[in-house]
Amino acid sequence: MKNTISLNLRAYWAGLKAVIVFTVIVIVYTFVMTGIGQLGMPDKANGSMITNAQGEVVGSSLIGQSFTDANGDALPQYFQSRPSAASDPNKDEDSQGYYAAASAGTNKGHADADFVKSTTELRKTIAKREGVSVKDVPSDAVTASSSGLDPEISPEYAAIQVKRVAKERGLSEEQVENLVRKYTTGRGLGFIGESTVNVVRLNLALDELK
Amino acid sequence: MVYVFAIMAFALIAIILVAIYKPLGDYMFNVFTTDKDLFFEKWIYKVVGVDSKKGQTWKAYLRGVLGFSLMSVLVLYLLQRVQQWLPFSLGFPNVQGPLAFNTAASFVTNTNWQSYSPDVTLGYTVQFAGLAVQNFVSAAVGIAVAVALVRGFAWRRSETIGNFWVDLTRCTMRILLPISIVMGIILIALGVAQNFAGFVDVNTVAGGTQKIMQGPVASQEVIKELGTNGGGFFNANSSHPYENPNMWTNLIEILLMLAIPVALTRTFGRMVGDIRQGYALLGAMVIIFGISFFAVVTAESFASDPITSLTGGSMEGKETRFGIVWSGLFGTTSTSTSTGAVNSMHDSYTALGGMIYMLNMMLGEVSPGGVGAGLYGILVMAVVAVFIAGLMVGRTPEYLGKKIGPREMKMASLYFLVMPITVVVGVSLSFAVPFARQSIFDTSLNNSGNHGFSEVVYAFTSAANNNGSAFAGLTADTPWLDTTLGLAVLIGRFLPIALVIALAGSLAKQDKVPVTAGTMKTDNGLFVVLLVFVIFLISALTFFPTLALGPLAEGLVA
Repeated sequence: MKNTISLNLRAYWAGLKAVIVFTVIVIVYTFVMTGIGQLGMPDKANGSMITNAQGEVVGSSLIGQSFTDANGDALPQYFQSRPSAASDPNKDEDSQGYYAAASAGTNKGHADADFVKSTTELRKTIAKREGVSVKDVPSDAVTASSSGLDPEISPEYAAIQVKRVAKERGLSEEQVENLVRKYTTGRGLGFIGESTVNVVRLNLALDELK
Repeated sequence: MVYVFAIMAFALIAIILVAIYKPLGDYMFNVFTTDKDLFFEKWIYKVVGVDSKKGQTWKAYLRGVLGFSLMSVLVLYLLQRVQQWLPFSLGFPNVQGPLAFNTAASFVTNTNWQSYSPDVTLGYTVQFAGLAVQNFVSAAVGIAVAVALVRGFAWRRSETIGNFWVDLTRCTMRILLPISIVMGIILIALGVAQNFAGFVDVNTVAGGTQKIMQGPVASQEVIKELGTNGGGFFNANSSHPYENPNMWTNLIEILLMLAIPVALTRTFGRMVGDIRQGYALLGAMVIIFGISFFAVVTAESFASDPITSLTGGSMEGKETRFGIVWSGLFGTTSTSTSTGAVNSMHDSYTALGGMIYMLNMMLGEVSPGGVGAGLYGILVMAVVAVFIAGLMVGRTPEYLGKKIGPREMKMASLYFLVMPITVVVGVSLSFAVPFARQSIFDTSLNNSGNHGFSEVVYAFTSAANNNGSAFAGLTADTPWLDTTLGLAVLIGRFLPIALVIALAGSLAKQDKVPVTAGTMKTDNGLFVVLLVFVIFLISALTFFPTLALGPLAEGLVA
């Protein structure tokens, strides 16, 4: 009995020392990796930040943004992002989203009655905004992403927004379509992932056009 | 059309895994069988105070596992409790007791269930000096235990089953760390963040403001997948663009999760001197994985529930860049290994799609399972399969030349009972005990009805299997769930490990029985089918009533 206790104590002591050793190793690993990232590829390591023509940082090409006014209504001169559940926990306005310090999805189940109702409304709102019939509103336009920070939309959702953006900016639809094409990424090797349009970079490019 | 993309995705993953199967499996075989220590390993053994040349009995091995894990829980708990005084705390206060216990238990057991939201709870130091450390070593513990069991089959008349400290150290230093460094650098190059910038405020394109959380993500992301851990640097886990920015990082992360569990079947084959035995286990794993993946894709593409019909596709809780196929492949991988990372919100899957993920875990996570845990899990199932076949033909069952006697069967049966009992008891108590029920209904549930029930079932299934993914709408940071889920991860991890190590001890003592004409072959298609059948049988019988109340009811009504 006494023997077992002493064997256990010895295992705890060895365990504690091992935990400390591996902690030191992993701390060194973290800083080495950070060093390699910062020296070798600082743009990527620092979060793929993007700047406007004046050289000011206006966000990250990887992190989605909202293009709405203070009331949460769409700014018509911009392509709109997907709905987002990432909100500042210290504020409770319904209008926010794309708060990149609290990533989140809605986690709503598909049978939730309120959720079905609000989605139906949203679909109508978007159809009206873009002047298309509700059945032409694609799935990603009315569903929130997993992170709440999705910087991209489907090419279908971009397509129905071209007319409005072109009109608001006094551009031809062809000009806008060309830009959309420029910021569209196809599937890798033709089948990996999905085809997407980066809304943040697209809208930035639209602003720089003039 | 969706099936064309699904088949190509499946084929791509399969081809790459075939390419790394032999080199990685053989490399791990060498790591665990060589008697040479590298210089930095000698230094570690000196500090820890281990004689690396000395084998351990199963009891000593188990003491090592438990001693190391208990100290890990303590250190990780304390680290969170003093967070505000640590560097890089980002201004976050100390983590509360129940939550700190839950998180410590969860990361030490390779579960990485996250009751907390990292973005608003944890500073960098707790993440990289606490959680990331456990990402490495909890994975190494799992692999060590699997290797010990394989030695039980491979060795004869041996009192010892290897040395835990040596297995732990070699696995961390020679397998996990080198792969993490190389693949981590690749992840950074593809856009995964790696900095100490804290929260960055920017003025957005449209003239608003945005607060962006940064951090040393890549170094943690890579081991999170490689060690089948799953604890995200961010709340949104691998759907966060800084963890998983594009299709290429998504592909790499899927491969990282699968690499070690799959290649370990090769290591196993080499160690028992018959690589075909490894192929048989792998065959069963691939069949279950394949069924699961195509079932999820089908459920997500062709469901007719209100939201899917209304919006014309199941994109709620999915990222545009991954879509249904690559979200489904990631989710299947994550729930079939013990990773629990998510690149889409499982709570927002169709009822039947979400059920497949639950089922992957309920099968005991053997397709291919977590690092190490998958291999010892399927070896126990193989023992059960051999026993059932032995009963049918009236022979003493044997596997890999070892007799499966009453003692071995006791260990194996107890092993596969632990997880279902933990799940069923945990779920029942949550709805039966009045104060627990109240806390579940008032605070925890995000959805009502059958789907709400599914959230709780998923939570306990994930905890008891050390998976860590969630129907994340569930608010689990309540005293009831923090405590019970914390206990579930500990029971679900260490009871099976103790049984496996005891089984290894009793197998290692035996001599090998010679192969005769009456020996059942365990390296052919028939055995693979039998093994798959046994795995499904055990879990289907156990969990059918539970699933009927949750996802089946929800899915069939809609």
